[in-house]
Amino acid sequence: MAEAARAIEAVWRIESARLVAGLARMVQDVGLAEDLAQDALVAALEKWPADGVPDNPGAWLMATARNRAIDRMRRESNFRSKQEEIARETGALFAMERSDFEAAADEEIGDDLLALIFTCCHPLLSREARVALTLRLLGGLTTPEIARAFLASEATIAQRLVRAKKTLREARVPFEAPRGAELDERLPSVLEVVYLVFNEGYAASAGEDWVRRDLCEEALRLGRILAELAPREPEVHGLAALLEIQASRVGARHGPSGEPVLLLDQDRGRWDPLLIVRGRRALQRAEELPGPLGPYGLQAAIAACHARAIRPEETDWVRIAALYDALAQIQPSPIVDLNRAVALGMAFGPEAGLALLDEIEDEKALANNHLLPSVRGDLLEKAGRKDEAAAEFKRAAEVTQNAQERALLLRRARTASTSTPSRGKS
Amino acid sequence: MRFMMFMYPEIEEKDWGPKVDNVEEVAAMGRYNEELRKAGMLLSLDGLQPPSEGGVVSIADGKATITDGPFAEAKEVVGGYWLIQARSKEEALEWASRCPAENCRIEVRRVFEMEDFPQEVQDAVEENFGG
Repeated sequence: MAEAARAIEAVWRIESARLVAGLARMVQDVGLAEDLAQDALVAALEKWPADGVPDNPGAWLMATARNRAIDRMRRESNFRSKQEEIARETGALFAMERSDFEAAADEEIGDDLLALIFTCCHPLLSREARVALTLRLLGGLTTPEIARAFLASEATIAQRLVRAKKTLREARVPFEAPRGAELDERLPSVLEVVYLVFNEGYAASAGEDWVRRDLCEEALRLGRILAELAPREPEVHGLAALLEIQASRVGARHGPSGEPVLLLDQDRGRWDPLLIVRGRRALQRAEELPGPLGPYGLQAAIAACHARAIRPEETDWVRIAALYDALAQIQPSPIVDLNRAVALGMAFGPEAGLALLDEIEDEKALANNHLLPSVRGDLLEKAGRKDEAAAEFKRAAEVTQNAQERALLLRRARTASTSTPSRGKS
Repeated sequence: MRFMMFMYPEIEEKDWGPKVDNVEEVAAMGRYNEELRKAGMLLSLDGLQPPSEGGVVSIADGKATITDGPFAEAKEVVGGYWLIQARSKEEALEWASRCPAENCRIEVRRVFEMEDFPQEVQDAVEENFGG
């Protein structure tokens, strides 16, 4: 019986997003659509263990949910007008089989799934609400799973989901994917959600709950789905590329006792070649589309530069510096500048990097942050200015909150003043 | 997690591969692959040429011998594979059961990943044979 339940859960994971999307188009309310889909799941859990999984489980779930919709409407007072509305929609749904779902997905815009993604990531919702709703309705994750993944209580996540659905209902947000200028405006919010999900999984350490680590794979999946649904948007491919390449390093970025290993020190033999190839292909798709690369595409291009280098010494730092230049133009941030300084230092010598650091040293966002002094220390050390380097590392050690990092910085402060320059890291 | 789905078609070698009289099946398979791709699950896939286009290497006591065969029975021969990302074994099995082939067997196997190697094995490899 437990086996049957797991098989049904697997079907649910595959079908739930399309089911909720199709129902939401019909009832114009994602909250109600989800309830209807859940009703269908309950019915499946009652029926399938005895009768077996039907040949087209997606169609079965849809037909069941549709009937539940009509039942529910019957119990409501304003039943007649809504029933007619649904009956109209049902006519079209009746004929809808899996191949029709597929045909519908081929249309870039106006597609149910795409509408569901954009609705879950609606700008009316907080970032946390968008993430939770996306994982719930597109990932098919349960509330307890989302709670475990985000190290939050079930009550918090449940409340977040209820509020999000209420907000959408009260604002009467139409269930549709935006077009034209509105699409450009709202796409970043969707991409951000996928990237946040990925980073949450990426931040999880090896010993943590699998649900949490699986967030990376879920984000990859969402990124690939988006790339199929909106193939003409370069940033969609840029994000997919960035995620594939970053995910390729998952097996290399922790040492035996769980300590983080910096990019240039990673064992590149542990990078996943399949994900690198997939990432480079996605980046190529982004580059082939008209227009310049956006922030995700540029970050993917930087990641691809690292992926191409078989040994760290072969890294094309000149190109990376140029890509950071472009990124700093379209999405200026102190962190981008810091990375740019590292790249400039690697490409053209430490003085080039130090010159940029001088420009950004008054940046408020970097005050009380160990990154600026530690990058400066690294560049000074390479320039042979050892005492200054040691002073910077000490300064960095004073501000960092992380004990492991402090120990590392103090060690570097000691070696900087005594030894020959060592290889730097970004 | 990743799963490799090996497909064993139940056909004779002479009927192997895309043919004019099975375009319908070829098209259905294309739609199935597309569905996997759209679900964000598909990592890679390939269809394999018949066994006669390859060969067999047998290794006994560390010594390799190349032969043209013998091949196992037709239904023991892999015809192609899909490498997919799935969230559970059950999900991978569900996807495999949606394959539109008329007659075949699909073996679904979970792929070893880095973290499936116990830390002591990783350490021993690192120590004795370099990184």
